[in-house]
Amino acid sequence: MTLAELKRGQKGVITDVSSIHIPLKLLEMGCLPGNSVELVQVAPFADPMYLNINGTHLAIRKETAVHIIIETIHE
Amino acid sequence: MSKQINVALIGNPNTGKTSVFNALTGLNQKVGNYPGITVEKKEGICKLPRGVKAHIIDLPGTYSLNASSLDENVVIELLLNKTDKDYPDVAVVVSDVENLKRNLLLFTQIKDLQIPTILVINMSDRMEYKGISLDIPYLEQQLKTKIALISTRKNKGINKLKELIASHKELSVEACLDASIIDTTYFNNLRKAFPHQLLYKLWLVITQDVNFGKTDRKTYDAVEDFKTKSKTDLKRLQQKETIKRYQFINETLKKGQTIDLKSAKDLRIKLDRILTHKVWGYLIFGVILLTIFQAIYDWSSIPMDFIDNSFASLSEWTKDTLPEGAFTNLLAEGIISGLGGVVIFIPQIAFLFLFISILEESGYMSRVVFLMDRIMRRFGLSGKSVVPLISGTACAIPAIMATRNIESWKERLITILVTPFTTCAARLPVYLIIIALVIPEGRVFGLSYQALTLMLLYLIGFGAAVGSAWILNKVLKIKSKSFFVVEMPNYKLPLLKNVALTVLEKTKAFVFGAGKIILAISIVLWFLASYGPGDSFNNAERIVTEQYASDNLTEEELNQKIESHKLEHSFIGIAGHAIEPVIRPLGYDWKIGIAIVSSFAAREVFVGTLATIYSVGSDEEETIKNRMAGEVNPVLGGPLFNFASGISLLLFYAFAMQCMSTLAIVKRETNSWKWPMYQLLIMSGFAYIVALIAYQVLK
Repeated sequence: MTLAELKRGQKGVITDVSSIHIPLKLLEMGCLPGNSVELVQVAPFADPMYLNINGTHLAIRKETAVHIIIETIHE
Repeated sequence: MSKQINVALIGNPNTGKTSVFNALTGLNQKVGNYPGITVEKKEGICKLPRGVKAHIIDLPGTYSLNASSLDENVVIELLLNKTDKDYPDVAVVVSDVENLKRNLLLFTQIKDLQIPTILVINMSDRMEYKGISLDIPYLEQQLKTKIALISTRKNKGINKLKELIASHKELSVEACLDASIIDTTYFNNLRKAFPHQLLYKLWLVITQDVNFGKTDRKTYDAVEDFKTKSKTDLKRLQQKETIKRYQFINETLKKGQTIDLKSAKDLRIKLDRILTHKVWGYLIFGVILLTIFQAIYDWSSIPMDFIDNSFASLSEWTKDTLPEGAFTNLLAEGIISGLGGVVIFIPQIAFLFLFISILEESGYMSRVVFLMDRIMRRFGLSGKSVVPLISGTACAIPAIMATRNIESWKERLITILVTPFTTCAARLPVYLIIIALVIPEGRVFGLSYQALTLMLLYLIGFGAAVGSAWILNKVLKIKSKSFFVVEMPNYKLPLLKNVALTVLEKTKAFVFGAGKIILAISIVLWFLASYGPGDSFNNAERIVTEQYASDNLTEEELNQKIESHKLEHSFIGIAGHAIEPVIRPLGYDWKIGIAIVSSFAAREVFVGTLATIYSVGSDEEETIKNRMAGEVNPVLGGPLFNFASGISLLLFYAFAMQCMSTLAIVKRETNSWKWPMYQLLIMSGFAYIVALIAYQVLK
């Protein structure tokens, strides 16, 4: 599934990142395969998404999140 | 001569880099610009142990050495150019103990450039709170550096840092990892083609879109036995490089850092639950804005009245004390009155920058960006446009520069074009004086009518910005990749020192910047108002005396008639009368016309100009406001500044593009005269029409 489908409070692991659509800056901030991701908060209409990626807190738009593939983890 | 070394402070945004800079330099700092570009250059002097002096540069915050904005380019350009006079003898990389992993990415890149580097781990006071412990000797060994664990908040570790900078000769210049293993063949070729160059430097030059002067990328492409790669391939390699670096960092931190999650407490989650909430978040933001406006209006009125009165007395005192003559008149009527028009709005600018810097420092501004992005996108803007639009309430110039972190060119261009509609501090003096003249006193729900009018003007400005953005979004046919990343930093209690320095520096820049223009214009205006061509000016006394010979006027009345006759036939009076037909339908007389024309340089000149024009020839100590209230409409009689002409003026200033500095900045940031010219014509044309309608309906 893609990151855009993650629900609030859910956690996952990034498995693939489409490098054409994802800017280098986002990768440098930790959005890389193998790193954990959690949806902290969503704005109205679930966009943008406030994420915790590998300890870095950042917000991205849904249109970017669809290019990040994840697997959810259940605790 | 004492030794002086160059120190560059480098770091991710939100690591407290500026706090470190302030702690090292205190008030020994100055802010300027990099030559030719509008990126802010902060530098200062710091005394180190053993008589060493350090020249410290606070470089713009960046996440890596892969530049994606003008500000970030500055960092790379300096680090790659050994001949630059500011090239650092030592680089100090500032990191935040809670984001060490991400902050170390930049650190490893700088190490690859073989610059002596010190790692500062800031915010160490948060370690216990977050359950973090660090093995400093191990980290120093792995990262091949010296580490200063400091807390700018608690003022700890600064001396250790100074000590480390002073003994910079002992630092290792060895890289901590070998980035070339991402593509060994490619890097080997590179090494062969340019045997005398630093490998990582070559790689950076090849991958950046930056112009490095002599080390231009094209000169590399031209070398025959070396073929560079396609853009996509390079990007893939950059991604590989990033992964490689993170692998190294993860391994290092696995041993060097332990985080006990159980003892970690998190204020962030609790605060975010409210501050980014779908309902409460917006409500709180609204309340904050309302508080700011009410506070600026109410709190600053006391120092402003004081300043207004002081300058009136000073002008009077100068006239009484100095010997009579042209110079005294110039000083009292031109310079002092003109300067009073600048100094008077120091309190408001200071308050505005105070609030803005508190919102930025606390981390709250990022939450506003997050909350507003979706709404702003409907108008072709970005959530990040909120910061320029709010900063625009102080001054459009820094606001337009603040658009640089908007990633999409279309969103950025629209933000630049509409930001001058927001009510900048320079409009305040105009608004305040006119509101005081034409809006009655009185209160509703504890808010004064005058404060509400001001609030309404801010809303009109903001509405005009958003409305025109919506139109521009439909009209502009620009395709640009829109993408949006914003870091959500931890909440922090703003440091008093940082806030105070920001307020001091911004206010100073504003007053001196505007002050120069206003002083020059005041002097020119005074000359134009004090001298005139031909008979009717030079023989004013005789003409007026003859004209009123039968009216039996007292000497004082006669003198007033003479002075106003002189003013009308001075150079400025002639110019004013020439443009009067254009502005008469708006309810203005020729004096207001002069003020509008001269305030094209900068809006705040308006009040100063009126002050200069009205004080020429007046002997009494009077405030600007009283003089304006006493003006009589030459055609209709009654006060010149009445409700209709007042509202018309307010609306004119709300929309008109009356600021040359803003036009210059827009030209620089958009790299063309096309956009500022559109801005000027459309905004001022619209302002004229709205002011015309308002006056004709209300009169």
